[in-house]
Amino acid sequence: MRDISVLVGGKAGDGINSAGAVVAWLFSRLGYFVFVATDYPSLIRGGHNFTMVRAADHPVGAYSDRFDYLVALNQETLDLHAPQCPDCTIVANGDLVKNPGTGQTVPVGEIVKVESAPPVTGNSAMIGAFAKAAGIPWETVEEVFRQHMPKALDENIRVARRAYGAIKTVRTVPVQKKTPCSLVTGNEAIGLGLASGGLDAYIAYPMTPSSTLLHYLAGNAEKLGVTVFHPENEIAVILAGLGSAVAGAKTAVGTSGGGFCLMTEGLSFAGMAEIPIAIVVSQRTGPSTGLPTYTGQADLRFVLHAGQGEFPRFVVAPADAGEAFVWSDAALRFAWKYQVPAIVLSDKSLSESTYSIRYDELALLPVGESGLAGNNEAPYRRYRDTSSGVSPLAFPGTAGAIVKTNSYAHDEDGITTEDAALVVTMADKRMRKEQALTKELDQLPCVSIGGKKDAPVALLCWGSVGNACSEVALEMGLRVVRPLVLSPFPDRQFTAACAGVERLIAVEENATGQLMSLVKEHGRNVDDTVLKYDGRPFTPEELKKRVQEGLAS
Amino acid sequence: MTRNLITPAQNTWCPGCGNFSIQHTLKGILAGMEKEGKSLDNVVLVSGIGCHAKIADYLNINTVYTLHGRTIPVATGLKLANPDLTVICCAGDGDAYAEGLDHLIFAAKRNIDLTMIVHNNRVYGLTTGQYTPTSPLGFKGKSTPAGTAEYPFNPLELMLASGATYIARGYTRKMPQLAPLIRQGIAHKGFAFIDVLQICASFFNMTEYYQSRVYDLAGHNPSDFDQACKKAREWDYNKDAPIALGVFYERTLPAFGDRFPARQTIPPGERTRRIRDLFLASV
Repeated sequence: MRDISVLVGGKAGDGINSAGAVVAWLFSRLGYFVFVATDYPSLIRGGHNFTMVRAADHPVGAYSDRFDYLVALNQETLDLHAPQCPDCTIVANGDLVKNPGTGQTVPVGEIVKVESAPPVTGNSAMIGAFAKAAGIPWETVEEVFRQHMPKALDENIRVARRAYGAIKTVRTVPVQKKTPCSLVTGNEAIGLGLASGGLDAYIAYPMTPSSTLLHYLAGNAEKLGVTVFHPENEIAVILAGLGSAVAGAKTAVGTSGGGFCLMTEGLSFAGMAEIPIAIVVSQRTGPSTGLPTYTGQADLRFVLHAGQGEFPRFVVAPADAGEAFVWSDAALRFAWKYQVPAIVLSDKSLSESTYSIRYDELALLPVGESGLAGNNEAPYRRYRDTSSGVSPLAFPGTAGAIVKTNSYAHDEDGITTEDAALVVTMADKRMRKEQALTKELDQLPCVSIGGKKDAPVALLCWGSVGNACSEVALEMGLRVVRPLVLSPFPDRQFTAACAGVERLIAVEENATGQLMSLVKEHGRNVDDTVLKYDGRPFTPEELKKRVQEGLAS
Repeated sequence: MTRNLITPAQNTWCPGCGNFSIQHTLKGILAGMEKEGKSLDNVVLVSGIGCHAKIADYLNINTVYTLHGRTIPVATGLKLANPDLTVICCAGDGDAYAEGLDHLIFAAKRNIDLTMIVHNNRVYGLTTGQYTPTSPLGFKGKSTPAGTAEYPFNPLELMLASGATYIARGYTRKMPQLAPLIRQGIAHKGFAFIDVLQICASFFNMTEYYQSRVYDLAGHNPSDFDQACKKAREWDYNKDAPIALGVFYERTLPAFGDRFPARQTIPPGERTRRIRDLFLASV
């Protein structure tokens, strides 16, 4: 198995992200599946940043503790990371790194000067140098530059070429015979999935790690035919989202935990008034402001229970960009079909990491068109009681329909009521939608089973942690049971996935085992936990060690 | 087709409540719109939570009975999704000036094409008598038995500072004047703000006070911002002074919808192709 990692490090503001992206495209061109994750502090300039590019001959979704190449843009990168992997191949910026150890240095400033190129092209020298050290053909480098370098293409190519010529090949990356994949981040996949599901409007207030979804959709608003709006706060975000949906626009909103706190009154309003809305919640380390740029899985219980009162909701936690695409598409469709809030629960690891995807292999989930509500017969009644609980949906502007949307308990016309019997009738109507949704979901793959599928020891996980779990399970001969849909909980599929499991180990990036407690409520005992809550994702190596320790005790 | 503009819902406002005047005024305006051939199908009334908000149950038109303080963001979403809608917000003073003040300022800042009618009775009625942001200094309510320690807002001054392009004040006991103020606000393209001094018969009956102080703004030039500021400051909702009623300020400026990019509708097949292209561009 081919499995190669590159660490690109420097200080914030050095363009580590884009350098990492170019390295990823190089590997992708060579036929590798890649995964790119960035570790950065919550500041604009100065702190240490690094990007891990992992390339393998099979799909990967987690970064490794070890790496084969170290691209050091400054001395700090070398000091911090070289000791972690003493035998790695080092390429360092000679202007800032005085002692490269076993590595080669690149005279970045001199190259840029000789080529009369702007200083911003300096990273191209580092990329050219890395490519040569890794034995990547120059044609591949030039091809990637030509496709993905937005500005100063010629200068960048000249700078890269000169650095390429100045470095010796140390360790050659073998070429894979596969066609290159698309490289997309989790947030890009969520945005494209929502667009595929019929998105008309996306409304959000910036908050890491959801902001890149806002940026992506804003940047492609015209191309995709989506209205993108950034209002004054997250309360306005969800309420404007609900207003937009009431007027007939398929709308999504996005945020992280703190912003979702502000959205909960709107969430409950959506539940009571049966307004369809898709909500993307990308988790970071909490509580409170927490670690804004680091990951976590501590908001599962929060999204499951947020909002006063009881109402059905759909919650899905994809593990990678492919799942993010197909389930975001489905989430928006479910929101509209059942007139419920639908939450796509992501985290920093998924939202901001880059994955290899083959577009042609993405199969959208079959979400049937709604016939549940029956006809829109006159007189129009916004909350007409039907056997499925789903009422015909009309929008203001529909001739002859008076559409009354109401946050109070209401009758079928949408007029406020406090009548005891009617309150129960309407609550039952709303809750019946959950039964219909559960029934439809049972036809879809709501629980993923991975690893050795009949093994008696299983890792129980959700979301992005599933990627590290899969790797470890394959190595150790374990099963992986990973519910994608968390509300309504897929009881039947979960029980089937656990058939024959003698020992169930919950692996979560939180301190309390939130999925563990959820499955216990659904009648399944959990034997052990492997929990991590330092903001950093599990690496396969660390996870394997902790699982082994757990099994030995 | 004309419709019965009042629903069968039982009206539960107190006798003497100023909300009746506002409802009656709106009903008259809606009937007038129908008479002029304008379909009420495109009108949406958005209410907050409080005594005023029951108007959503009583008027037989499209309504969104939202949350406390949240008329404006919901109305903003409605306009974003369908700019052809005529959106009228009815909010209380607790809604507009306390719970939802940020939204009010932003609606004025954006000059979004909405009409905001504030039922300003200067007291919380539905929660049975606490001070609001426009209650006078020293107001003794159930949460402030010793009297408030803070001055009220002057909402007109606030709106002038925030960029609203139509600013008016009415009074529920001057209905013949109130109707044109609201009608003109609905016709105004941009953010129209109408503060309506409303009588609360049960918790803060200011009838006598208002009756002796209100006067019509005559000879005032509403396009003059400085003059509007001066007039708005004449009575600050606290000190004893004459209370002007009428249009304080009106100016035509581009509305939010004029500058905000309109959504291009793309057929589903074409969108699928573009999504595919975006994937393929990242190969």
